[in-house]
Amino acid sequence: MAENFLFEIVTPYRKLVSKEVEEVTAPGELGEFGVLAGHTQYLTLLKPGTLNYKSGSETGTIVVGRGYAEVSHDKTVVLVDEADYLSEIDVAAARDSLGSAEAALEGMEPEDANYARTVNEKELAEARIAAKE
Amino acid sequence: MANLRDIKRRIKSVKNTQQITKAMKMVAAAKLKRAQDEITEARPYAEKMAELTNSLAAKTSAESHPLLSGIGGPKVGVILVTSDRGLCGGFNTVLIRTMDNFLKEEEVSEPSMFLVGKRAGDHYRRRNANIIDARVAGNGRPQYSAAVEIATEMITRFLNGELDEVHLVYSEFKSALTQIPKVQRLLPLAATEEPEESVAKGAATEEGPSEILYEPSSEAVLASLLPKYVEVQIFRALLESSASEHGARMTAMDSASKNAKEMIAKLTLQYNRIRQAAITTELMEIISGAESLKG
Repeated sequence: MAENFLFEIVTPYRKLVSKEVEEVTAPGELGEFGVLAGHTQYLTLLKPGTLNYKSGSETGTIVVGRGYAEVSHDKTVVLVDEADYLSEIDVAAARDSLGSAEAALEGMEPEDANYARTVNEKELAEARIAAKE
Repeated sequence: MANLRDIKRRIKSVKNTQQITKAMKMVAAAKLKRAQDEITEARPYAEKMAELTNSLAAKTSAESHPLLSGIGGPKVGVILVTSDRGLCGGFNTVLIRTMDNFLKEEEVSEPSMFLVGKRAGDHYRRRNANIIDARVAGNGRPQYSAAVEIATEMITRFLNGELDEVHLVYSEFKSALTQIPKVQRLLPLAATEEPEESVAKGAATEEGPSEILYEPSSEAVLASLLPKYVEVQIFRALLESSASEHGARMTAMDSASKNAKEMIAKLTLQYNRIRQAAITTELMEIISGAESLKG
C-alpha cells in the first residue's frame, strides 16, 4: 500500500485540486519529474504541459500553464497561471490561440515586453492540443 | 387646489426613484456576492505566492534582484483602482482623496499615474495630471490578464529607471458596510512584507531537517517569482476594489431607498391633510349655504 500525500493545484481563479494522492508527475522546467510521498523538499519552475496524478485506481490528467511546484514531505502544491482538466479543454479554441500567438510572434523581437507572455500562450496552446491528441 | 396636484406628482416621481434605487441595490447585492466568492477563490493562490516569495526573499540578499533593491526616490508611480460608474456613495471620492493626501504627505510633485476605472481617469484628466495609462475597470470579474498588463508596464518602467517607487492605492474590502482605502508600496519589494515574520520563517527552515532544493536555481526561481508576486498583488487589489465598489453601492442605494420611503410617507401625509382640508371647506360651504336658504 503506497503512502498518500496531499496534492493541491491553485490558480488565480480557483483551487482546482485538493486531494490525497499516491503519485504525481509534472512538467518541470528542466524536464518531467515524479513525486511520491516522502519526497525531499523541492521547489521548481513548471513549464506548460501535462500533469498526471494517481490516487488509488483513480487517475487524473490536467494541463497546466507556467508556474511553480512546491514539494515537501507530506504535501505538494502547484501554483500555475492556468490549469484545466482534460475534459474542459476546447481544442478548437486552443488552435485559435496557437494561431494568433504564432502570428503575433512573427512581428516581435525577444526584447518586447509581451514576447515572453506570447511564447507562454503558444506553449500552453501546444500543450493543450498535444494532451487532447 | 393646485397644490394637491403638485404633491401628487412629487409622490409619483419619488416612487419612481425608489424603484430604481431598489433595483440597483439588488443588483449590487448579487454582484457583491459574486465578487466576494472571487476573492475567496483567489486567496489560496495569493497567500501561497506571498509565502514563497517571503521565504525566498529572506534567504537572498537585496542586491540579488533589481526588483528587491533600491531605496525609493523622487520619481513616484501610483496605481489607483477605482470604479467605472458612480452612484456608490463616497467610494471613488474617498479613494481619490486618499491618494491626494498620500502624495501630499510624501511631497511628491510629479507623480506618474496608472489609473484603473473611468472615475479616476476623468478626475485626473481634468486636472492635467501625468497619466501613464488610464483603463476602464470593465464589467464582470476582474481579469488576471489585466493585472499582468499593469504589472508588466510598471515593472518595465521601474527597471528602466523611469520610476523609483511604485505604490498601489485601492480599497480593501472588509464588509458591505466598511471599505478601507489603502496605500501599499509595491516596488521596490525590499522588506516591506512583515520583516519579522520572514526572518522567523528563514530561521525555521535553517533549523529544518533538510534544505530546500531549487530547480534550476534559487536565483532563477526568485527572478520569475518576483514579477509574478507583483501581478498577484495588483490582481488582488482589482478584486478587492471591485467587491468594495459593489458593497459601497449597495449601502448607498439602501439608504437612498430608505430616504425615498420616508419622503413618500411625509408627502402622503401632507397630501391627505390638504385633501381633507379641501373637503372640510367644501362641506362647510354647502352647509352654510343650506342654512342660509332655510333662514
